[in-house]
Amino acid sequence: MSHREKPQPSIRVLRAGPLALLQDSGRFGVRHLGVTQGGPADLYSWAWANHLTGNPWGTANLEITFGGLQLVAERDLDIAIAGADLGATLNNEPVPLWQRVRWKEGEVLAFARPMSGLRAYLAVCGGFVAEPVLGSVASVVREELGGFSGKGCKLAEGDQLSVHAGGKDFIQGSMQASQEARPDFSQPAVLDLLPGAQIAHFTGRSLFDAFNIWWQVDDRADRMGVRLIGPKLHCNIRSLVSEGINLGGVQVPPDGQPIVLLNDRQTIGGYPRLGSLSPLSASRLAQCLPKQRVRLVARGHESALREYRSFRKQFKLGRDNNVML
Amino acid sequence: MSQKPVLESAGLDGWIVRLFETIDEGNLPWLSALSHRCEHAFGGALTDLVPSYTTLLVVFDPITLTSSEARAILCQVLVDLEPDSGVQDGQVHELPTWYDISVGPDLPRVAEHTGMAVTDVIEVHSQRTYRVFALGFAPGFAFKGLIDPRLECPRLDTPRKRVPAGSVALAGRQTAAYPTETPGGWNLLGRTSARLFDREREGFSLLRVGDQVRFVSVSRETFEREGGSSKPMELES
Repeated sequence: MSHREKPQPSIRVLRAGPLALLQDSGRFGVRHLGVTQGGPADLYSWAWANHLTGNPWGTANLEITFGGLQLVAERDLDIAIAGADLGATLNNEPVPLWQRVRWKEGEVLAFARPMSGLRAYLAVCGGFVAEPVLGSVASVVREELGGFSGKGCKLAEGDQLSVHAGGKDFIQGSMQASQEARPDFSQPAVLDLLPGAQIAHFTGRSLFDAFNIWWQVDDRADRMGVRLIGPKLHCNIRSLVSEGINLGGVQVPPDGQPIVLLNDRQTIGGYPRLGSLSPLSASRLAQCLPKQRVRLVARGHESALREYRSFRKQFKLGRDNNVML
Repeated sequence: MSQKPVLESAGLDGWIVRLFETIDEGNLPWLSALSHRCEHAFGGALTDLVPSYTTLLVVFDPITLTSSEARAILCQVLVDLEPDSGVQDGQVHELPTWYDISVGPDLPRVAEHTGMAVTDVIEVHSQRTYRVFALGFAPGFAFKGLIDPRLECPRLDTPRKRVPAGSVALAGRQTAAYPTETPGGWNLLGRTSARLFDREREGFSLLRVGDQVRFVSVSRETFEREGGSSKPMELES
């Protein structure tokens, strides 16, 4: 922070909407304390928003779920919005997504409702200012950790958000994402599942169902996990001794309906798992609205890793900023 | 170790190392030794280590290591693994606890289920020194055991929406104290004045896996003097 000028309040919250959270890449090295990972539910779009504003990997930006958020700029800012189309407007004019735009002092940036996808990421050149808690500013409401307040609070009406000044000094990277880089969140999602854990203990019929039918996203879906509705899956193991669970873990409780565990999941759990979604598939699932259809496809580690590494390579392979074991 | 360790995939950036099948205090020195070895062997490529009753989840940076490279490191680390002797003495914590029906509304339920008098429930629960098996559920929430088999009691059929911070509870053969107010389905016996999750403390959590914990029965006066809140449980609809 030392190489930048003093932060100043730059954005005021006019209307908070249901859920807007500050997220850096997540809180790492603390899961043995029972503290969850946090961070952007859609890492892909979060990374793009940062990239388009020239912010280095790990810079905190805003995750806006559903919409409803209204902000006014108190000075000229350069921003980018990536991820869901929440019908964002600047002074009532539609804002182009997946590219850098100028937000002038006094203009109102408003998010309406989901048109395609569920979560939009708003990055500001220079990055938002917040004090890390346990090494990260990632907001976890349930744990009361992170965010602008340090207490995990979502944005509230009247909040003043500070942005690092001098952002223009380190503008770099492309100004807009190519068409291929912009996912179409309105389409059914195909999710890569890396088989593992207790997959051998599921019945043959259940494994066939798991990978051959379209699942429906339940409305019980949040930053902890997303429940999928479909045929009941049977596992010969009903429960396990609780163990650490990783991002994207697909657990199956006794009711047979899988739950995909996302960023705010509990750190340990005791249900048998089919395996884990790849990180990019977990990102994709986080953009699905209730009732949207998703399909699970078995994928090998090596090809999933190739895809993930090429995704990260675009952003100069930044290491997660705050590993503190 | 009675069995061969098993490595199970936990996604692109993780492995579960399964050392044991069942919960036992004797697992802890092995899991502790494995954690320490992993810290050295993975160095900067390590993202997180999550020890639990029988397993260690190792999360690494997938940009630095492939799954098979991480697996190879784990196989090396497991060679000639010896239990960590230091953990045997672990850190010892005494948690001042006020056992009372106003803050431990399930004392009668546990007494009825176990066929013991409430005073005996309290005595048996506060007699043992417990080990921390795992942290999870909420920041700083430490699963401890094993409690005396006579105290074994299932969790509530319907979890409470709000369990106050400091509540001391048991379920099955485990015991715990709630660091912050959360929902919860364990049987509440009382409340501790200890600050289990404190932002002023390095790492925030008072307890770590392997630590030893004893609940010390104290009077309401001592509990309040130590900073405990004696506000009774609100009645839930």
